[in-house]
Amino acid sequence: MNIQTAPKVAHLILEDGTIFKGQSIGIEGTTSGEICFNTGMTGYQEVFTDPSYFGQILVSTNVHIGNYGSMAEDDQSDGVKISGFVCRNFSKHYSRQLGDGSLQDYFEKNQVVGISNIDTRALVRKIRTEGAMNAIISSEISDEKELLKLVKAVPNMDGLELASKVSTEDTYFVGDPESTIKIAVLDYGVKRSILQCLAERGAYLKVFPGKTPLEEIMAWEADGFFVSNGPGDPAAMDYAFPVVRALIDDERPAFGICLGHQLFALASGIPTYKMHHGHRGVNHPVINTKSGLGEITSQNHGFGVSPDAINANLDKIEITHQNLNDKTIEGIRIIGKHAFSVQYHPEASAGPHDSRYLFDQFINEILNYKNQSL
Amino acid sequence: MYCIFARNFNSTSNMPKDQSIKSVLIIGSGPIIIGQACEFDYSGSQASRSLREEGIEVTLINSNPATIMTDPVTADNIYLLPLTPESIEQILQERQIDAVLPTMGGQTALNLAIEAGKMGIWEKYNVRLIGVDLDAIEITENREAFRQLMVNMDIGVAKSFIANSFLEGKEAAQKIGYPLVIRPSYTLGGTGGGFVMEASEFDEALRRGLNASPTHEVLVEEAVLGWKEYELELLRDKNDNVVIICTVENLDPMGIHTGDSITVAPAMTLSDTAFQEMRDLSIKMMRSLGNFAGGCNVQFSADPKTEKIIAIEINPRVSRSSALASKATGYPIAKIAAKLAIGYSLDELNNQVTGNTSALFEPTLDYVIVKMPRWNFDKFYGSSHVLGLQMKSVGEVMAIGRSFIEALQKACQSQENNRMGLGADKKEWIKTDDILQRLETPSDDRIYRVKDALRLGVPVTTIHRLTGIDPWFLREIKGLVKIEQRLMHYNVAEDIDADFMLELKQHGYSDAQIAWLMRINENEVTRHRKKLGIRRTYKLVDTCAAEFEAQTPYYYSTFEQENESIPSDKKKIIVLGSGPNRIGQGIEFDYCCVHGILAIKEAGYEAIMVNCNPETVSTDFDIADKLYFEPVFWEHLEEIIELEKPEGVIVQLGGQTALKLAEKLHEKGIPIIGTDYLSLDLAEDRGRFSDMLKELSIPYPDYGVADDVDQAVEIAKKVQYPVLVRPSYVLGGQRMRIVINDHDLERHVLSIFKHLPDNRVLIDHFLERAREAEIDAICDGDDVHIMGIMEHIEPAGIHSGDSSAVLPTYSLSENVVKTMVEYTEKLAKALKTKGLINIQFAIHNEKVYVIEANPRASRTTPFIAKAYGVPYIQMATHVMMGHKKLKDFDIKKELKGYAIKIPVFSFDKFPNVDKSLGPEMKSTGEMIYFIKDLKDPYFRELDKRRSMYLSM
Repeated sequence: MNIQTAPKVAHLILEDGTIFKGQSIGIEGTTSGEICFNTGMTGYQEVFTDPSYFGQILVSTNVHIGNYGSMAEDDQSDGVKISGFVCRNFSKHYSRQLGDGSLQDYFEKNQVVGISNIDTRALVRKIRTEGAMNAIISSEISDEKELLKLVKAVPNMDGLELASKVSTEDTYFVGDPESTIKIAVLDYGVKRSILQCLAERGAYLKVFPGKTPLEEIMAWEADGFFVSNGPGDPAAMDYAFPVVRALIDDERPAFGICLGHQLFALASGIPTYKMHHGHRGVNHPVINTKSGLGEITSQNHGFGVSPDAINANLDKIEITHQNLNDKTIEGIRIIGKHAFSVQYHPEASAGPHDSRYLFDQFINEILNYKNQSL
Repeated sequence: MYCIFARNFNSTSNMPKDQSIKSVLIIGSGPIIIGQACEFDYSGSQASRSLREEGIEVTLINSNPATIMTDPVTADNIYLLPLTPESIEQILQERQIDAVLPTMGGQTALNLAIEAGKMGIWEKYNVRLIGVDLDAIEITENREAFRQLMVNMDIGVAKSFIANSFLEGKEAAQKIGYPLVIRPSYTLGGTGGGFVMEASEFDEALRRGLNASPTHEVLVEEAVLGWKEYELELLRDKNDNVVIICTVENLDPMGIHTGDSITVAPAMTLSDTAFQEMRDLSIKMMRSLGNFAGGCNVQFSADPKTEKIIAIEINPRVSRSSALASKATGYPIAKIAAKLAIGYSLDELNNQVTGNTSALFEPTLDYVIVKMPRWNFDKFYGSSHVLGLQMKSVGEVMAIGRSFIEALQKACQSQENNRMGLGADKKEWIKTDDILQRLETPSDDRIYRVKDALRLGVPVTTIHRLTGIDPWFLREIKGLVKIEQRLMHYNVAEDIDADFMLELKQHGYSDAQIAWLMRINENEVTRHRKKLGIRRTYKLVDTCAAEFEAQTPYYYSTFEQENESIPSDKKKIIVLGSGPNRIGQGIEFDYCCVHGILAIKEAGYEAIMVNCNPETVSTDFDIADKLYFEPVFWEHLEEIIELEKPEGVIVQLGGQTALKLAEKLHEKGIPIIGTDYLSLDLAEDRGRFSDMLKELSIPYPDYGVADDVDQAVEIAKKVQYPVLVRPSYVLGGQRMRIVINDHDLERHVLSIFKHLPDNRVLIDHFLERAREAEIDAICDGDDVHIMGIMEHIEPAGIHSGDSSAVLPTYSLSENVVKTMVEYTEKLAKALKTKGLINIQFAIHNEKVYVIEANPRASRTTPFIAKAYGVPYIQMATHVMMGHKKLKDFDIKKELKGYAIKIPVFSFDKFPNVDKSLGPEMKSTGEMIYFIKDLKDPYFRELDKRRSMYLSM
């Protein structure tokens, strides 16, 4: 007889008690986090390893995941950062001749707990209407009451500091040491592709742990500063504000992405807020308010920068980019300084390359600065 | 939300569009031919509606009367004229036209725009070309210029050389080696092109290619056989913003024309790295081509070994694939492209599906679509079924599911070729050798043979080697084989538990397939399934994977937890569409469905459309009140009916496909709107129909019905040769022949039984040298209105769809016409017709015979409506609903002179096919031609050649 053993059952429970039954994927176990959805149709591995997703259970709206397996080069950090994964169809077989192996193998190696065969569209509609909430995936516990008790105990993302958990512990270098452009990177969970985008443009990078004292950063005598993306509530990162403020005030150019952008705002007195369910995907339209041109952007954020506060401070902060769908703030420049930041991910990976010009812009500003100071 | 700028994001007011454009001419694509079908009616109609929204006056030219675009509901001024520069000049003399939009009508419209441009017509009348850049077209059509452009931008292309002579061609082949491809310049749908696997085939192929090209130029190119093939659909605005609307992966790799390939969206086997490289390249390519605003399609090929990408081609206009991409994503490409052409930028427009997000974005899918071509090889005797560079399919279906496999099975169910899904329906092949041969030489049945091979245990690696199909797809299909093995352990339906039943249904199995695998009755499966509560749930196609709320009612089915299709409390009527286009059933039924929907809405009902043909206007999300993009397949239809509980279903407007479902509807007690099933059945049943004719004293040719060859011979003797032989229940005269002796009769009857088992054979005496005429009429039960009487130029014996028909009659005597009208009235009433009826006559020595009656919309209904300028389908639908009587309408026919319906063929796609005509329909499209009087030289030429092509 060729009857396969029935796949292991798993459950997904949301904070509001909604429960989904599906199949266990990755390793068996129980995991918790804030549930969010990503609408990208390619680049699952990049998303899994993006440190900004730390602490989150990720739902993929794309119905087939795992089709092209995994490949080491696609990793955005040293391993999987999501705390759990939910999808409709999980492909145990894959097709990519250059690939390293199946996604199941990759999940096992990275100890990921996941669930498939879920009505992900129903789940996404729920998140869309009711907002981000905590969830648990378990292939061990099936008792609804127990699951509900567990999910109620998961800490709320609002006010949660997570960046320090994914930041590098030691400083390290990227790029050509002979380069004349030195950029200090403040790592709150930086994606590899950001470092690549800078290094490809000839920069030599020194990546500092997120809690590095300002003096230590300044001591390296960089030509520019980069403040990275990362997970958690930016408002809970008191330790970062004075450092970022100093980098903004420095006459050397500074560039921030995502969490970095939010820190630029916070350090300028602009509050951030937790969004209803965030922006996560690779199709978000942004308009560059200076050029009038559109960009299709890669996004991953659950917090945003307050538009009201920015509008009240247009003498200090200029809006450079805006979301075409919900008009949220996507990019700012600090007036009178050499500092600018964007909420989205110009490095993409996963996602379109429309916005990579921002790295050129940053490098050019550094070069201009260097020429002027000669 | 937060509005920071005082910017107006609403698309209808205050927009910086080009104010100098007040009147636009849209050029249609003419008659349907292979490679250029009703997708251009869809794009032209969308564009027209989109421009009229902006207050622009739209003038349309198209010679195809079966289109929606040439209807007063779509455009302000309509010219049903031949697509020639003379016609264009005539329009420009009569009207003030500011700009012409030539990108909506395929290659035909572009060629006409170019020709008119060369003649200086646009300049003379000060007309701007919008949405297009003629230099860009030139580059994309000229293979060498395209190659050079790619090389200049450092984009990979296949190695190739241009050849204008036999000698140059031979030299090129020597440099490239085999296999190679020959691509003639400036031809449509790959005409004249082909693969050359070895030197011995080269000379013949080169000669054909050089001949096929109007400039006698071919490109000899390295063949990247077996590489993966992808297509991207792009939109660009005047600011050079570019978005990718859809990425499609061809399941069939390089080597099969994309129109003949099964395609899947989103791309299934592309990593982000590979996809972004393609995205970057496609944007770079589009930006390199002038600065027109509009749609564009780019094709790439990727080497599965190295992931190296090369550019195959770029088409700077909307196309068949943009129609598919619109339906696949919900993003209305042609509609937006038209707005871009008049000066909007993408960020100024809204996503029409959500209503409040930006049109400058890239749709994301939370489902899979599978497009499957529909072939009609049985219509082209002697044609090679082998698929290659030249497109041979006549239509296509699209299916939507929550997995590739579910969508693939639904696509098979949508095909209407009597398959119940991908195999598991007693049509499987069992001989491994035959199957392997079919895998290696791709034909229309290859996907079924892949499944057969997997079922017989042929390894995935072997199938991959023979077909080049990516192993991911093959392993997914293999999943079906595994699930079937599990199912075969069950004996009765009741043994299947809910989890397994759900798994089966989520894999797209129809109840009929499950029943066949268990060798039980389909009803048992259905009954048990419903008892388990496993029913279709409906999901929305919304461009954004549920990230935003959508306003458009565009649904597909799957089997999941949540159902999003909540029936309204309005009274509803369902219209059944006609499925994939094929010969004998095409765009005319889309026209009928659209008008039916309009009438239903007018009567205050909610109109629900069911169809699976992505090329149609009726499946646009804003035509019906609710659209179910589903197979026109009983199981799917039944569940929609059970959910929506409509007042009834209209089957008259969707051709034979919809009509075939009438019996099931009748069985289940679901009301049919219009003529009821018993009458429909009576008209189909030759015996009972003839009895009725006899009772009404209406003459008909002698006939008989045979169950075997002996009977057939006997009947032929009785009714006398020549006889017309055909199966009893078919479409477009399928397998219908004129036979003149016993020997041929035997051969043909046997062939019918072989191909259409369970069928009976009809044998009619064939009236030689008879004239043929037909009448379309509407009957409301009391009154009969004659819509039009058409006289065929060709004699009886040539299928009515292949005949040139003149409206009104031109040579028949007054008496004959009177008799035909009288018979029509008698028959329509006797058949208790409520709605449309078409009756065909043969006239022999002044005597009128009725050949057949079809109580439904016919192929000629749109033609008559256009020729007389009367909205007949809408009237007929009101009559069907019982909402109005004929006497409620004030009908004014307007026609000066005559209108001729001229059939158009696609024979050039089938080089070895017999071009003669007979009782089996072969034309793919038609055009309308108006003449003032019978002295018209075109008409006289047609009339002179009237009998020339008649064959058996």
